[in-house]
Amino acid sequence: MAFSRRGLLAAAAAAPLLMRVEDALAQGIQPKRGGTLNSIVNPEPPVLHVGVNNQAPTLIVGGKIFQGLLRYDAKLNPMPELAKRWEVSPDGLEYTFHLQENVKFHDGQPMTADDVVFSIMKFHMEVSPRARGVFARIKEGVAVNPTTAKFTLSAPFEPFLLMFDVTVSAIVPKHLFDGQDYRQAPAVSKPIGTGPFRFVEWQRGNFIRLERFADYWKPGQPYLDAIIYRVVPDSQSRRLALESGQVQLTQSNDIEPFDVPQMRARPNLEVRTEGWEYFGPLMWMEFNHRVKPLDDVRVRRALTMAVNRDFIAQRLWFGIGKPATGPFHSATRFYDGTAKSAAFNVEEAKKLLDAAGLKPNGQGVRFAIKHMSLPYGEVFTRLGEFLRQSFRQVGVELQLESVDVGTWAQRTAAWEFDTTINYLYQYGDPTLGVERSYVSTNIKKILFSNVAGYSNPKVDELFTQGRDSADPKVRQTAFSAVQKILVEEAPLLWLLEMSFPSIYDKKLQNVITSGSGIHACFDDVFLA
Amino acid sequence: MKDFWRNFSRNRGAVVGLVVLLAVLILAVLAPVLYPGSPWDMAGMPFAPPGEDGMLLGTDSLGRDVAAGIAHGARVSLLVGAVSTVAALAIGVSLGAIAGYLGGIADDLVMRFTEFFQTIPSFVLAILLVAIFTPSIASIVFAIAVVSWPPVARVVRAEFLSLRSREFVQASEVLGKSRLSIVIGDILPNALSPIVVLSSLMVASAILLESALSFLGLGDPNMMSWGFLIGSGRSVIRMAWWMSVFPGVAIFLTVLSLNLVGEGLSDALNPRLARNRGGKP
Repeated sequence: MAFSRRGLLAAAAAAPLLMRVEDALAQGIQPKRGGTLNSIVNPEPPVLHVGVNNQAPTLIVGGKIFQGLLRYDAKLNPMPELAKRWEVSPDGLEYTFHLQENVKFHDGQPMTADDVVFSIMKFHMEVSPRARGVFARIKEGVAVNPTTAKFTLSAPFEPFLLMFDVTVSAIVPKHLFDGQDYRQAPAVSKPIGTGPFRFVEWQRGNFIRLERFADYWKPGQPYLDAIIYRVVPDSQSRRLALESGQVQLTQSNDIEPFDVPQMRARPNLEVRTEGWEYFGPLMWMEFNHRVKPLDDVRVRRALTMAVNRDFIAQRLWFGIGKPATGPFHSATRFYDGTAKSAAFNVEEAKKLLDAAGLKPNGQGVRFAIKHMSLPYGEVFTRLGEFLRQSFRQVGVELQLESVDVGTWAQRTAAWEFDTTINYLYQYGDPTLGVERSYVSTNIKKILFSNVAGYSNPKVDELFTQGRDSADPKVRQTAFSAVQKILVEEAPLLWLLEMSFPSIYDKKLQNVITSGSGIHACFDDVFLA
Repeated sequence: MKDFWRNFSRNRGAVVGLVVLLAVLILAVLAPVLYPGSPWDMAGMPFAPPGEDGMLLGTDSLGRDVAAGIAHGARVSLLVGAVSTVAALAIGVSLGAIAGYLGGIADDLVMRFTEFFQTIPSFVLAILLVAIFTPSIASIVFAIAVVSWPPVARVVRAEFLSLRSREFVQASEVLGKSRLSIVIGDILPNALSPIVVLSSLMVASAILLESALSFLGLGDPNMMSWGFLIGSGRSVIRMAWWMSVFPGVAIFLTVLSLNLVGEGLSDALNPRLARNRGGKP
């Protein structure tokens, strides 16, 4: 395929894209038109319209139909997508986005700044609670001209630029939604976006078919003719489909961690665990600070020392993910590698528990607490058993409770647990995804709030400082300080920086090229 | 008693079964001596094959000794089998006795009640009960007892129906003995042999039920049982076959031996029936 002169100019700002194509050329692999990519989606999404639904399956399929203004590399630097460049005023209040030319929706209508303003100010404000939390800070959003949109904030908000990925704020067509109930509009069941693939057919329980959009704004792209997502509910069938070559790509939870080592051993398959940096999922053990003796910092530190996090990453998750070092995922901005939670050390842990006045009884038990296993499958059951044995070594008895998903969610939200396992996305920035688990203003009877009940005025203050400052240096100082306090106080027991394996046929090129990995629009993916 | 042993040992399979069963019992009793400490302890490196790293039957995904798991699991599996059978017998024998001895409306009511339980698929009911009461050793025993008493009730009722019109029962009635003492003192001892045979088979099916529940992840999370061992090894069976195979063999041998012993008991307690069946020496 040859780049036209105009195509090169249009992509001039999209340096990373050019570099990738050149990389491919350097490896002697010429992008090739044609071919159908078969993949898997599991579980079957309820709808395909991102925004209306933000569960992983919807985002993965919808990410091919829709696009955001920006995308992000693995270090979370913004890269052009529908916006070819952007400016931030020195006071951090005005954000101006200059859009790509000749962008069309799948129904043939042109995409303009009006659609951008509508998507941000109305659509996502209405349908997405997470976007609303940030976009409510926009004082004014205007379409300066058809290719320029400007947003003015009421106060500086430094992580604002992280909010324009397709998984957060996809650009939707104003003419199909304005004046209607956004959740019920016909365009929800027949999604129309600007992405390289348009929605064609969905046989419920069977497959979703997307086809190449001929009027896509990057000339000559996308390379693939079609993408078919098959619905395969059984994990062993998914594995067989991948092994037999019926599908060329699996992602997210499609392949169980314990099957991954064998997939790695297959010569025709590539296993990648990058591409989750934008989400930064961090897993921890939740301590209920209202339960004695978990309110004692010495006890929480001792329990932290009792657990070998390397074993969890290597043996339970088979190397998919990394041991957590503290409250921040290492890909999250302002992560401070010098603030590390207490290292694995059984003897120190015993001394700390002695110091806390918790002496072992005749059976060597200092105290007993309950542990509600996270009912997300077998590996989490093993994790519960592993934690029980780890704690037993320091004389703490962990009694396991098995619950179903609904009970887990209800009891966690209602603070009815001693300890449990939880994992949350950090969305690249501490203000967007870390703060909610530690500040006392977020101690609520809601899932994914500060259900542990940890409260420290200093921590509250530092998170507020980091949130309100427009200066990355000030934010770094505040967040470094907060990480140091948190690793000392161990309000939670951080276990694993999670990741999910993307496994694909080696013929498939350019699959993982950004910090949101498999959610990318795939306009540069091709079958060599 | 001598007769009983002669009849029992005539069935060679039953003798083999008894030997295997005794071996399992000894294993269960000696588990804390053979494998001191908890079977949950991570004793070696994960996924060690049998014989390596000093582990006779290998280790599982957390480095737990499979042999220790089987020895300690024998205690749990046999305990669950025995206790739930006793509980099921208590329900089944009392209801069967009431129905068979009283007859009439009481019989109708009890039998309709029994049929009600028999129409529900027993395994599904057991899963439902354990899920409702959250998995624990008590809820599992309860669930198994609830689903396994109906056959006992029917057998006991049939025995009582035929026994209550015999002369020795009528004699006791004429002597003015209370109904309860007739049921317990006169009829029940004569109905014992089918109950004994049935209960040995019930222990076997209770062990299977418990294993199936644990396999599905509905076992007591704090108890090591054979079903749990198989369930936890299932997902890595291509990588570590020993995790599922050895506990499977343990279940197979135990259940088979219980069935063989049951058959032997049936032969020994009904020698005429056994001889009429022919074939066997």
